[in-house]
Amino acid sequence: MSDAGFDPTAPLTASGNLRRRRVVSRFAESGATIAAVVAVAVLGIVTYTVVSRGAKAISLDFLFTGEPTGIGPAILGTGLIVLLATVIAMPIGVLIAVYLTEFSGSRVSGFVRSTLDLMNGLPSIIVGLFLFVLLVKPTQNLSGFAGALALAVIELPLIARGSQEVLLLVPSSLREASDALGVSRWRSVLTVILPTALGGIVTSTVLAVARAAGETAPLLLLTPAPIGTTFNFNIFEELPSIPFTIFILSEEANPEGFTRAWGCSLVLLSAILFASLGARALLARSRARMTR
Amino acid sequence: MSNLDSFAGFGRDATSVPGRVRIQTGPVVAPGANGAASREAGLESVFEAREVSVYYGRKRALAAVNLRIPRNRITALIGPSGCGKTTFLRSLNRMNDSVPSFRIEGEILYHGHDMYASNVDRVEVRRRIGMVFQKPNPFAKSIYDNIAWAPRNLGMKKGLDERVEEALRGAALWDEVKDRLKDSALGLSGGQQQRLCIARAIAIEPDVLLLDEPASALDPIATASIEDLMHSLKGRFTIVIVTHNMQQAARVADRTAFFSLDSAHGEPSGTLIEFADTEKIFSHPNDPRTRDYVSGRFG
Repeated sequence: MSDAGFDPTAPLTASGNLRRRRVVSRFAESGATIAAVVAVAVLGIVTYTVVSRGAKAISLDFLFTGEPTGIGPAILGTGLIVLLATVIAMPIGVLIAVYLTEFSGSRVSGFVRSTLDLMNGLPSIIVGLFLFVLLVKPTQNLSGFAGALALAVIELPLIARGSQEVLLLVPSSLREASDALGVSRWRSVLTVILPTALGGIVTSTVLAVARAAGETAPLLLLTPAPIGTTFNFNIFEELPSIPFTIFILSEEANPEGFTRAWGCSLVLLSAILFASLGARALLARSRARMTR
Repeated sequence: MSNLDSFAGFGRDATSVPGRVRIQTGPVVAPGANGAASREAGLESVFEAREVSVYYGRKRALAAVNLRIPRNRITALIGPSGCGKTTFLRSLNRMNDSVPSFRIEGEILYHGHDMYASNVDRVEVRRRIGMVFQKPNPFAKSIYDNIAWAPRNLGMKKGLDERVEEALRGAALWDEVKDRLKDSALGLSGGQQQRLCIARAIAIEPDVLLLDEPASALDPIATASIEDLMHSLKGRFTIVIVTHNMQQAARVADRTAFFSLDSAHGEPSGTLIEFADTEKIFSHPNDPRTRDYVSGRFG
């Protein structure tokens, strides 16, 4: 007598507690599906709202001129601040990644990795406050530069961790090949490993840029340029930025201001969405190239 | 024990290196190991392994290997999987150093210099002792740049085009790729990629080439071309090849070392059973274990 509890000759339909197990399974499956749909829906609703309300504010004047109607200076300001932040954060981030994958031992690397993950979770207002106390307070000077430094701190862990993930994908057989040729590891990093991983490094940088471009809290503290400024390239002065402009405009009890705030949001959102989508496409391509 | 005459250096006490354990038990050679005095024995040796044991963590992978590798000859290392052949090969250019738990005892002399002495630079070791791996591992660069990469980085920038051509000719690949040197090396077939890796290794004119099962991922035709290649490289380089393919060892090697698992030193670990001229190993080996292995009755 078998103890399997079923008759092997019976037809192959559900028997025993399979019916109940199947109900539980369906229930769990639909819960998970709903959760995923909600996530997509939230993004969809946000995007729809921003597009529908912001679209009527968008015009060439709005995008490319200064006050009173346009947000050109804010676009330029955000561009400058984020560019500077990336110029600072990218080399350091990539070097950290190179250190973690090529030079450090596993224990040190684990410690640095957790540090980076904690740093990634640092509230941006605290980063802003930190730079305010460190840089703005002593020099008595609010500046786009201070804002850029704050954004660099925010970008750094993203670039470092992202690049590290990509460097780990570079096959170790390439490292062996270059080691066996009597070339020092640093030359290999520079001329074999980094070029192989370039696509992924650019991707993680773009994702970090997308994240930094939307950060508001540090800019609020460090470079709160008032509405009505003109185009300004001097990063050591207060620069206007899109997130801060959105903040100011929505504080005003002024319907026309609201429309412009929505317009700003649309500009920011589309920049970030396109950057992220482009970066992901790039990453998929370079991943496919490396792991084939 | 007249067969030990050719290993006169064994019992000598070399200057000790601090921080490294050395077993000073004198010659411990399994009966029959290293065979009878060989006609190759008079050759200058490039490597001389003395009582080499390798550990990965607490596990001993290789026990007390004594071996001399003659210059400008092909030496094959054969034996079953897990018997330490590749470990031994990778110890010859310190590729094992990157394995965190790796530890070596005894000494390996390279032209009389202790390879594991504290003042030895790993990068310099590998510059002189090149290696080709089991799986072809070309860089994601053009064919030309694959070959030119190491010479460029080592400062051998003069006559780079000639050097690349010579290396590709040396690896019997020139005629197949001369019209597409700028194409990606990843577009080559497996056999071509492996010959490219050999060309890349000989482009920096090393003293020794270590080949770790270079043909195991290739089809018989590509294998044959790699073997022809080895014959043509013989005389210019000292070649040490690890192979699972006994026919291959018989075809290409001058000397053959048979490794196997053995419990003579405690727990089973890789041991050199017999080292002699290839002909002797395959026709009338001294050790019954060698005979069983080469005749396919191993196990």
